[in-house]
Amino acid sequence: MSDVFDIAVIGGGVVGLAILRRFAKAGLRCVLLERGADILSGASKGNSALLHTGFDAPLGSLELACMQAGYAEYLAIRQRLNLPLVESSGLVVAWSDEELAALPNIVAKAHQNGIADVRQIEAGELAAREPHLAAALSAVLVPGEAIIDPWSAPLAYAHQALAHGAVILRGAEVTGGTLANGAWRLAHGKGEVRARVVINAAGNFGDLVERIVRDPPFAIKPRRGQFVVFDKPAAKLVNAIILPVPSEYTKGVVLFRTIFGNLAIGPTAEDVDEREVASCDGETLARLKARAIAMVPELQHVGINAIYAGLRPATQHKDYVIEALPERNWITIAGIRSTGLTASLGIAQHVARLYADHFARLPATPEPVWTPVPNLAELRPRPYQTGGDIVCHCELVTRAEIEAALTGPLPATDMGGLKRRTRAVMGRCQGFYCSAEVTAIMAEAARGTP
Amino acid sequence: MERHDVAIVGGGPAGLAAALRLVELGIKDVVVLEREAEAGGIPRHCGHMGFGWQSHRRLWTGPRFAAQLRADTSSLDVRTGTTVLELGPEGHLRIRDSQGARHMIANRVLIATGTRETPRAARLVGGTRPQGVMTTGALQQHVYLNHRRPFDRPVIVGSEWVSFSVLVTCLHLGVRPVAMIEENAATTAPRAGRLVARLAFGVPVLTATRLIAIDGRGQVEAVEVEHGGQRRRIACDGVVFTGQFRPENALYMTGPFASDDLAPRIDSAFRCTDPAFFAAGNVLRPLKSSGTCWRQGLAAAAAIAGSML
Ligand SMILES: Cc1cc2nc3c(=O)[nH]c(=O)nc-3n(C[C@H](O)[C@H](O)[C@H](O)COP(=O)(O)OP(=O)(O)OC[C@H]3O[C@@H](n4cnc5c(N)ncnc54)[C@H](O)[C@@H]3O)c2cc1C
Ligand SMILES: Cc1cc2nc3c(=O)[nH]c(=O)nc-3n(C[C@H](O)[C@H](O)[C@H](O)COP(=O)(O)OP(=O)(O)OC[C@H]3O[C@@H](n4cnc5c(N)ncnc54)[C@H](O)[C@@H]3O)c2cc1C
Repeated sequence: MSDVFDIAVIGGGVVGLAILRRFAKAGLRCVLLERGADILSGASKGNSALLHTGFDAPLGSLELACMQAGYAEYLAIRQRLNLPLVESSGLVVAWSDEELAALPNIVAKAHQNGIADVRQIEAGELAAREPHLAAALSAVLVPGEAIIDPWSAPLAYAHQALAHGAVILRGAEVTGGTLANGAWRLAHGKGEVRARVVINAAGNFGDLVERIVRDPPFAIKPRRGQFVVFDKPAAKLVNAIILPVPSEYTKGVVLFRTIFGNLAIGPTAEDVDEREVASCDGETLARLKARAIAMVPELQHVGINAIYAGLRPATQHKDYVIEALPERNWITIAGIRSTGLTASLGIAQHVARLYADHFARLPATPEPVWTPVPNLAELRPRPYQTGGDIVCHCELVTRAEIEAALTGPLPATDMGGLKRRTRAVMGRCQGFYCSAEVTAIMAEAARGTP
Repeated sequence: MERHDVAIVGGGPAGLAAALRLVELGIKDVVVLEREAEAGGIPRHCGHMGFGWQSHRRLWTGPRFAAQLRADTSSLDVRTGTTVLELGPEGHLRIRDSQGARHMIANRVLIATGTRETPRAARLVGGTRPQGVMTTGALQQHVYLNHRRPFDRPVIVGSEWVSFSVLVTCLHLGVRPVAMIEENAATTAPRAGRLVARLAFGVPVLTATRLIAIDGRGQVEAVEVEHGGQRRRIACDGVVFTGQFRPENALYMTGPFASDDLAPRIDSAFRCTDPAFFAAGNVLRPLKSSGTCWRQGLAAAAAIAGSML
């Protein structure tokens, strides 16, 4: 049955793509089905883009194990995929006595989690590290917390999977399926695919997709996070990722530099009924902005570039839900709530082990093909520095970069996809200078493709 | 390293006027650095009438005026496709063009990088992020440079004079805006504006009305507005954020001189706090017409020439 794939992954978020990469690299015939017009149209579209150590994750959790494995693999492969890393470190800052009292526990927990270099620092060292931060009492330094590119990483995983023969179908929403004679027949928007094993990585739609196979033992409760992004001069005001001491009120709002040279604050944590479209509200945005200015007063002189929101695929369970159903040729991955960018490669390792334990031995991995992606990070060389026409002046994006993102094996299909691949239109003017030109280039490319 | 007497950053009305006058005043080595493929600045895409009177005693559209400015400066060293990335002490510039990035030095530098509008994000307007949300500047480029129609029933946010220019652009497109909304109790620009909008264009002007959110999945579907404590939805398929001008500050923020929040600080002779740098045109705020910017470019040129004697 040559038309039967070994594996069908449902969902083209960072988790699904990391899994696709893993199995394709191992030589399996894989297909990925994504309902959106492009990959990364769910939770993976809008996150904080931090590579977490897991210093504050629940001890002994699957989440912690996957984060640590994912973190290590990211470091091991990032150069060959041309993926950036800013080793900013993190600081859990105490401004009040109450917060100060909580710091020793944070250090102890980090050490329990195996992150030995975490330590408390005094006000003096904090002020030296963060001269623009409003004076605080003390902080916990987490050297391993880092900043990455939230879109180039999954895109690189997708490209590597494609190079190993995987198939990615976009605009292909899986609507149902039946298992017969050891293979699934999945119906999707554009037709049907057959595969021996199905992997549900559908993020905020995970419980709906799970109904294809069983009454889901979890329910997705999307949790929204909103962000405000400051203009580039702001990035000079903060070095580390500034994390709050966890409490009921702070809810994890973080001040962090982005890989693109901005400074952002967020995310909020709000339970919402919406699975698909993450909206912002003006009052929350204004509060986030005020909070950032309270932390770093000089931010009042810096403009706002962007606002965005993301939806975390949370469930009623605290830990990830990852399970193999051997009789049903199915693997479930759900509730990859707020750490999936970090953990995705580790989740893929874990899922590969489940597959080997329950379904079939994985063939010995041949030397993989490496598919470096274009660099968008500010701190490394970018094409505009060596020539070409600049189209987006704020983010210094060249015509060649835009054209490249519209061609190749996984071209951008809409403005959002183009922005994620190039950063065009995402700067301080939000398209005042370039959106018409970018739209025209897209229209031209669309005419060129049959 | 490449050296010049004067480098002008920005080839809009202010920068081009300054270049012409400097050459008239006997300063030979003047270079204009313009990041777009064509000089002319904002007027390149203001398809309506109203340009050229102060400089040429003619009444032209913006593109016609921009073409005239290019013709007037055709014998000068105007380098398009050239972005100035950074300014440094003593007239230092880091630039880049199709050949790549390099350094340049000039005895005097004139910053004439113009102004732009405040987009939706910086106004912290909530809602979703569909297609069809733009500033006037972007709309003009869609319409006059690329001949595209980005929507059929937009809402216009703001009531500065530039907001009324959107009505003209919409008329040109054959598009009827659903409403013009203004947060304040009265329109900001022309007193007669409200009447003109209503009578000439059939567009209601809703004052004391605040935009709360934008809704839509692919394209804009509606906006939510608040008036007198009541919220309501207005169906539409586009939103144009007009005005709230702010200087294009990316470059001067890197400069070795003082800048206030919203403009480089200058003395009465257009000079920045570092004596190698000058600024003119709409980068200085408040918003001035193209003719006034042109005149300011001439005046700044005289000041620069005087400082070089
Ligand atoms: C606000 C916020 C901040 C975060 N910050 C960080 C951070 O700093 N560091 C970090 O490591 N993680 C962070 N995360 C977490 C991370 O973004 C998520 O864990 C991760 O994106 C989840 O990926 P996923 O692939 O499981 O889900 P998704 O990205 O949602 O992917 C699922 C995909 O499945 C598709 N799909 C759904 N149903 C179907 C169907 N029936 N057929 C076909 N396709 C379907 C969807 O369209 C979607 O593209 C953050 C998340 C949020 C929301
Ligand atoms: C949407 C909009 C509509 C307007 N409509 C009108 C109108 O109808 N009538 C009117 O009189 N005025 C109008 N104006 C005002 C306009 O600002 C002036 O007419 C005039 O263009 C200002 O001249 P300037 O030379 O100061 O700046 P601009 O015309 O803005 O020119 C600045 C130039 O600098 C270039 N530049 C910027 N940064 C760099 C860099 N780092 N390196 C190299 N080059 C750079 C830009 O590409 C641009 O060409 C409008 C303005 C806007 C924003």
